[in-house]
Amino acid sequence: MSLSAAQPRSPMFAAFAAERSGAVLAGVLLAIVAVAAVFAPLIAPQDPFDLASFDILDAELPPVWQEGGDPRFVLGTDAQGRDLFSAILYGARISLLVGILAVMIQGAIGIPLGLVAGYFGGRVDSIVTRLADIQLSLSTLMMAIIVMALFRAGLGGAALSHFAVPLLVLVIGLAEWPIFARTARAATLVEASKDYICAARAVGSGDRAIVQRHILPNIHSPLIVIATTQVAGAIMAEAALSFLGLGMPVTKPSLGTLIRSGYDLMFAGAWWVTVLPGLVLIGVLIAVNVLGDALRDWLDPRRRAG
Amino acid sequence: MTAFASGAAFIARRLAQAILVMLAILVIAFAVRQSLGDPLREIMGQSVPETERAALRHELGLDAPWPVQLARYLGRAATGDLGTSIIYKKPTVEVVLAKFPASFELVLGASLIVLLLSLPGGVYCAVRPQSVGARLVLGLSVLGISVPVFLTGIILITVFSVWLGWLPAFGRGQTVDLGFWQTGLLTRDGLEHLLLPALTLSSIMLPLFIRLVRGAMLDELGHDYVRTARAKGASPLRVWIYHALRNALLPLVAVGGLQAGTLIAYTLLTETVFQWPGMGFLFLEAVTRADIPVITTYLVLVGLLFVVVNTLVDLISLALDPRVSLEGAQ
Repeated sequence: MSLSAAQPRSPMFAAFAAERSGAVLAGVLLAIVAVAAVFAPLIAPQDPFDLASFDILDAELPPVWQEGGDPRFVLGTDAQGRDLFSAILYGARISLLVGILAVMIQGAIGIPLGLVAGYFGGRVDSIVTRLADIQLSLSTLMMAIIVMALFRAGLGGAALSHFAVPLLVLVIGLAEWPIFARTARAATLVEASKDYICAARAVGSGDRAIVQRHILPNIHSPLIVIATTQVAGAIMAEAALSFLGLGMPVTKPSLGTLIRSGYDLMFAGAWWVTVLPGLVLIGVLIAVNVLGDALRDWLDPRRRAG
Repeated sequence: MTAFASGAAFIARRLAQAILVMLAILVIAFAVRQSLGDPLREIMGQSVPETERAALRHELGLDAPWPVQLARYLGRAATGDLGTSIIYKKPTVEVVLAKFPASFELVLGASLIVLLLSLPGGVYCAVRPQSVGARLVLGLSVLGISVPVFLTGIILITVFSVWLGWLPAFGRGQTVDLGFWQTGLLTRDGLEHLLLPALTLSSIMLPLFIRLVRGAMLDELGHDYVRTARAKGASPLRVWIYHALRNALLPLVAVGGLQAGTLIAYTLLTETVFQWPGMGFLFLEAVTRADIPVITTYLVLVGLLFVVVNTLVDLISLALDPRVSLEGAQ
């Protein structure tokens, strides 16, 4: 009899375990990519940003496991003779850097605004909420494309390449602060009505101290979840801009730039220049999204039940 | 009566808002033209002596103070004149609008795919949440969200064009000229060319809409009226489709409108992958060749499209749900 009671649970448990193992796998994959990206200068056999370190005579060599592969270039080379393994390491480094810095800007703008809006309410709240609505209705990717396109048309591709990283970080960072503001505001509204905030006020804590020391530490979990999915979004936005030729230049390729530069060669048979960075990009994005979903389930008990 | 009056006020306010936004977009476009574009280059090229340039500049009123120029720009914009393309030597509105049918048909194809798949998919995931099929659909939707749209396109081209050779990879194929509209929908070749780009574009919107339909359906299924309908003896299918889905569609219209800007961005990416001769493809070409008048015209026309879609969505929401007017008018 006890068996029949346990039976409906077991498939749920299996699904839960599968979900967890997926999250663990995603975490391990991300850790590997992150370590490889951080230590890229030590791991990579060649500096892909240094034009003197590679030779056009080595161009379009296939990966070693294919016929014609060269043991010096494990994953083959691109159209300029760049070692693809090194280029992917450095490209992932740029993609992760732009993604994380952009999300830090989003948070730095959005979280204080959300806290203030949620805590004080009233006019401040309605202004922040309205601004967030307007900003969100403009669509991040479209705004980013337009701004980068105008910079490109105005400065020219060569000049733009010097400012590509800070510009991408700013454009992607400024566009999505409302996501953080909304999350922080909603969580602050819940926290601010709790008894311990009343108690803090009763012992004479100021608004500033309450928001910084009591509310902020208590709303960190939804913010962490949002930050994770936002990193995936920022990495994807950077890749999309670079693929359009509006992001990282060919001389300092990110994963998106590599995919674009290889796209022309794909029909000539050199599939690896597009496919290998593409696989890395998809792997990183899936891993970040899976991790974000798992974090959400883990940090939010209400969702776990449902 | 009052409901009607508040509805009319809402419509009037919404239209005024739309006009204001369009004015703002035109001012931005004017600022971009002033700072990036040299109108003289549009007309006479760069190898003309400075004295002649100055004379023409005066003749065209380009030495006038900028508020005067802005007023002239807005006046010309009102008559549909946004400048002349440097590359094509034709009115920019004509150049950009000539590409509109291609973009529109791409979005139409993708929207049809999204609609045909997301409604049954979302309803299924909501009414059978624990089934293997629902888990599979939701799992695939995580995959769909994670794969950037340009990589989806590249993967589809690799499989269906390069490996299998079933479908063409580039361009629009054979089109039929209807006088005002170049359509690819009337020939087999045109439809074959449309299939992969439309699938690619739909792949990025589909996961979102399946999740939206599912979420909205789950909300509706929890309401009392669903229980009442069931108690009345309505068949499950009737309860799902006729009662719950109808109400679930309402928030979908609003969210669908919010996605208009994103859809334009994804269309631009899809057009780049498939070299689809639409407005986005033209825009990127204009960017690389610094054709500022075409760039600003694209911005104005896309802004117009965006404003029209958002206004329409608000008005449709009003028509579908009278409660919106009361909230919006206050």
